[in-house]
Amino acid sequence: MHRTLARLLGPATLALLALTVWLGLVVTPPDRVQGNLARLVYVHPAVAWVALYLSFGTATIASALYLWRRTRSVTLDRVAVSAMEVSLVFIVLTLVTGSIWGRPTWGVWWAWDARLTSTAILGVLAAGYLALRRANDDPQRRATRSAVFALVAAINVPIIHFSVLWWKTLHQGATVFTANHTLKIHGLMAWTLLLSFVAFSLAYLWLLRARYRLEVARARRESDDLTAALAARVLEGRP
Amino acid sequence: MIRVALLVAGKDLRIEARSRVLASQVLPFGVMALVLAGLALGPARAGHSGAAPGLFYLVLLLVTLLAVGRSQSLERAAGTRASVATLGLDPAGVFLGKSAALALELVTMGLVLEALAVVMLHVALAGALVALPSVVVTLATLAAAGTLYGAIVGEGPVASTLLPVLALPAFAPLLIAGERAFSAALSRQAEARWWVITLVALAAYLAVGVLAYGVLEDS
Repeated sequence: MHRTLARLLGPATLALLALTVWLGLVVTPPDRVQGNLARLVYVHPAVAWVALYLSFGTATIASALYLWRRTRSVTLDRVAVSAMEVSLVFIVLTLVTGSIWGRPTWGVWWAWDARLTSTAILGVLAAGYLALRRANDDPQRRATRSAVFALVAAINVPIIHFSVLWWKTLHQGATVFTANHTLKIHGLMAWTLLLSFVAFSLAYLWLLRARYRLEVARARRESDDLTAALAARVLEGRP
Repeated sequence: MIRVALLVAGKDLRIEARSRVLASQVLPFGVMALVLAGLALGPARAGHSGAAPGLFYLVLLLVTLLAVGRSQSLERAAGTRASVATLGLDPAGVFLGKSAALALELVTMGLVLEALAVVMLHVALAGALVALPSVVVTLATLAAAGTLYGAIVGEGPVASTLLPVLALPAFAPLLIAGERAFSAALSRQAEARWWVITLVALAAYLAVGVLAYGVLEDS
């Protein structure tokens, strides 16, 4: 059952992404004010959701559980690094899609806006996390230090979330819901937006699984290399 | 914990008083960075104090990075870790002691650089004096954050290049808060929220450091 679901994950992701593209580019009407530019709403919010909440959240929770002695396991460390790497990819995508929207709307590719700047800082933190892992050879030291760093870096996520409320920003506030929790988008546009969230969330799970398997393979190779090196050393000592 | 903190702070400050690395290397670096910041803006714009708080804090961040590297290098001296482990010193106390010593060193250098900013960047002396408490609190926060990040980076061949990558994003909110508090002091406005942000960050970094320093040292 588990393997069947895992095998279906890739094709299901691609199918839903294709459906999102078709609905977003062909079927849904252009916006009355922004025209075709508004079609980015089917990509940018969903990508940001994966970057900030799903993947960075997964990395943070896995890191916290790793630091707690009762739940500490190498699996959690592997989940954390896999999620953080996927998060970095989606943070870059968030900034790029936002920039594409910003150029015709604001007249610039980049604005010194609180949400943009704090998201860029989160990207640097995610890159720093990966650099920190590469700087440590000892697996336990690597896992502990990167877990502490991930927890400290996670403070930036609520800052990004509330930045549009705390500061006067160019970036718009909530896109999907009003302050009274009613939908701002209706009909087919709302369904396409919802579908984009599902499609990109599945894409995240697919990438996370692939990256996790890569991490397992890398650890196995490291272990095999160590065993081979030890065996060679033993043979050197024999007459 | 407090006794250990005082011991470690005293140790770090004594080493600094004898070696004078901060006074002879880090402070001149800060002075040169301030001069370069003025040159980069040009004589016409550097003379206007509107840009001065931002330049001053940018220089302070660079100085902090070097001072954190220096503070961590003291722990990497041969036998230091073994001594700490043998004596069974409370890691939380070690963190607090190192943070306190670093804060004192940063405040000393900050005072010199602020005086230079008054002279070279034409910052009003009265405004600089009003801004002084916020500068001290911001530097104390930078010291706590820097000590934590220094422990996360640890030792190794890439520690000196890794530290800025990890620490500067964390320093960015402090740069903004410090700059706003300084600007508010220069224009004689009350800006309590930047103080609140800095004090909350100080409390958060001290709490995380006290909890995590032992875990980092054990690893």
